[in-house]
Amino acid sequence: MIRMENICKSFGGRVVLDDVSLDMPEGETLAIIGRSGSGKSVLMKHVIGLLRPNSGRVLVDDTDIGQVSYKTLRGIRRQFGVLFQGGALFDSMNAFDNVAFPLRTFRSDPEHKVRARVLQCLDLVNLSGVETEKPSELSGGMAKRVALARAIALEPRYILYDEPTSGLDPHTSTRINKLINGLAEKLAVTSIVVTHDMRSVLSVADRVAFLHKTRMHWVGTIGALHRSTNKILRDFVKANEYSIGVDVRVSSETVRP
Amino acid sequence: MPVLQRRLMQPLFSLGRYALLLTKGFVWLGQFSAYRKDLVAQCVRIGIESIPIVALAAAFSGAVTTVQTAYQLVSPFIPSAVIGAVVVQSLILELGAVVTGFILAGRVGARIAAELGTMRVTDQIDALEAMGLNSVGYLIVPRILAGVIMFPVLYVSAVSVGVAGGLLAAAATDVVTMAEFVQGARESYLLFGPTFGLIKSVVFGFVITSISCYMGYFTEGGAEGVGRSTTQAAVISCVFILISDFMLAVLLL
Ligand SMILES: Nc1ncnc2c1ncn2[C@@H]1O[C@H](COP(=O)(O)OP(=O)(O)O)[C@@H](O)[C@H]1O
Ligand SMILES: [Mg+2]
Repeated sequence: MIRMENICKSFGGRVVLDDVSLDMPEGETLAIIGRSGSGKSVLMKHVIGLLRPNSGRVLVDDTDIGQVSYKTLRGIRRQFGVLFQGGALFDSMNAFDNVAFPLRTFRSDPEHKVRARVLQCLDLVNLSGVETEKPSELSGGMAKRVALARAIALEPRYILYDEPTSGLDPHTSTRINKLINGLAEKLAVTSIVVTHDMRSVLSVADRVAFLHKTRMHWVGTIGALHRSTNKILRDFVKANEYSIGVDVRVSSETVRP
Repeated sequence: MPVLQRRLMQPLFSLGRYALLLTKGFVWLGQFSAYRKDLVAQCVRIGIESIPIVALAAAFSGAVTTVQTAYQLVSPFIPSAVIGAVVVQSLILELGAVVTGFILAGRVGARIAAELGTMRVTDQIDALEAMGLNSVGYLIVPRILAGVIMFPVLYVSAVSVGVAGGLLAAAATDVVTMAEFVQGARESYLLFGPTFGLIKSVVFGFVITSISCYMGYFTEGGAEGVGRSTTQAAVISCVFILISDFMLAVLLL
C-alpha cells in the first residue's frame, strides 16, 4: 500500500506539485494522467524517494520513506520495478547485460539461470535478437521495452511505469498493455502507470488520477471516469482519444478478446 | 539581495554537497566485492590508457627543462652538472606530478564528468538508486580509488620518461654531457623528493577524480548541462591542483 499525503514540490520557486494526496491500494493499477509537464514524472519519483517533497510525506506499507535511513530506503526500493520515461538503460552495457544487471547484482544465481530469465523477460516485452545491441543502437520503442524487461526481472511487488506505450506502434502497445495486466493479475503487483495514452488507461487501469495545474484534479475509477461530467477531465480525455483516432477502434477489438 | 545572498552561499553549498557525496561514497568502501571489477576497468581507463600522453608530455618537459636550464646558466663558474640536478629535482618535486595532473584533469576529469553527467540527465543514476543500489558508492568509489591508485604509477612513469627526455636532450645538444647530467642528478639527490612527489600525486589523483565525479553526478539541464559540467570539471580540477600543490609545498617542505 502506497499513500501520498499532501505532497508539495517546487523547483527553484516554481511550484510543480501543490498539496497532492493519493492512495494506491494493494493489487490495484492506478493510472496517472495529465498534460505534458504537469508533474507526472515528478510525482512518480516521489514514490521511491528519488525526489523529496518540500512538505508532505510518502508512506510505503505504512513506513514514511522520508524518515528512514538510507539503508532502509534502499531495502524498500528493492520491492519496486521502475520503468523511466526515457528507458534509462545503462549505455555502457548491451541489452542483455542491462536486463541481467539486477539479477546479477541482487541474486547469486548461476549464469545459465540468469540467461534464461533475461530471455524470458525480453520475450515478455516482445523482443528477441537484440541481446547484443547497445542502447544507442536500439530504437526508442525497443529501448523502452528492454528497460521494461529490466524493471520486471526481479519480480517486484510494485511496478512504476512512466509512459510505457509512448513511441510504440499500436501492436506493441497492445502487447505491453496486456503484459501490464498480466503482471497485475498473476503476481498481484500494485502498479502505477503514468501515461498520455487513454487507450492504455482504459485497458490497464482500475483507477485514474488526473493531475492538472499542479493539483490532483480528479481521482476515480474507470467507471466514474466514463460517467464524469467534470469539464476539464472530459476535455483531456477527449483530446487524447482523438489524437490516436483509428487506433481506438482497432484496440477495442484486439485488447478485449 | 537574494541574488547576492545566493552568490555568497553557492561555494558553501557546493562544499557541503561535495562532503556529503564523499561521505555517502565512503560508506561503500567496505563493499569491495561489489566494485572490484569496475575498479580494475577504471584503473585501465584512468591509468593505463593515460600512459602514452603523460609520457609524451613528460619527455618534452624533461628535454625542454634541460635546454632552458643550460640557456639560463651562462656563467662559466657554475659546473654544467648542475643542469642534471635542476632537471631531475624539478621533475621529481614539481613537474612530474603537475604535468601529469594537468593532463589528467583534461583527459580523465572531462571524461568522468561527461560519463556521470550523461547518466544523470538520462535518469541512469536514478535507475541505479531505484534498484536499491548506492549510486554514489557504485559510480564514484571505483573512479576515485582508481585515481588514487593509478596517479602515483603515472607520476613514476612521468618522472622516469622525463629524466630520459632530459638525458636525450643532453646528448642531442652539447649543453651538458650525459655523464655530467647523471653526476649532477646523483649529487643533489634529496631523499624526501620522491616521497613528496608521490604524496602529491595521490592528492592530485583524489582532487581530479573527486571533483569530476561531483561535477558529473550533480549535472542539471540536459545535454547542455553535460557540456557545462565537463568543462567545469577540467577547469576546477586544474585550479585545485594549483592550490593543493602550493599548500603541500608549504606544509611538507
Ligand atoms: N529536477 C528538476 N529540476 C527542475 N525542474 C524540474 C525537474 N524535474 C522536473 N522539473 C519540472 O517539473 C515540471 C513537471 O515535469 P514532469 O514531471 O517531467 O512532467 P510530466 O508530467 O510530463 O512527466 C516540468 O516543468 C519540469 O521542467
Ligand atoms: Mg514525464
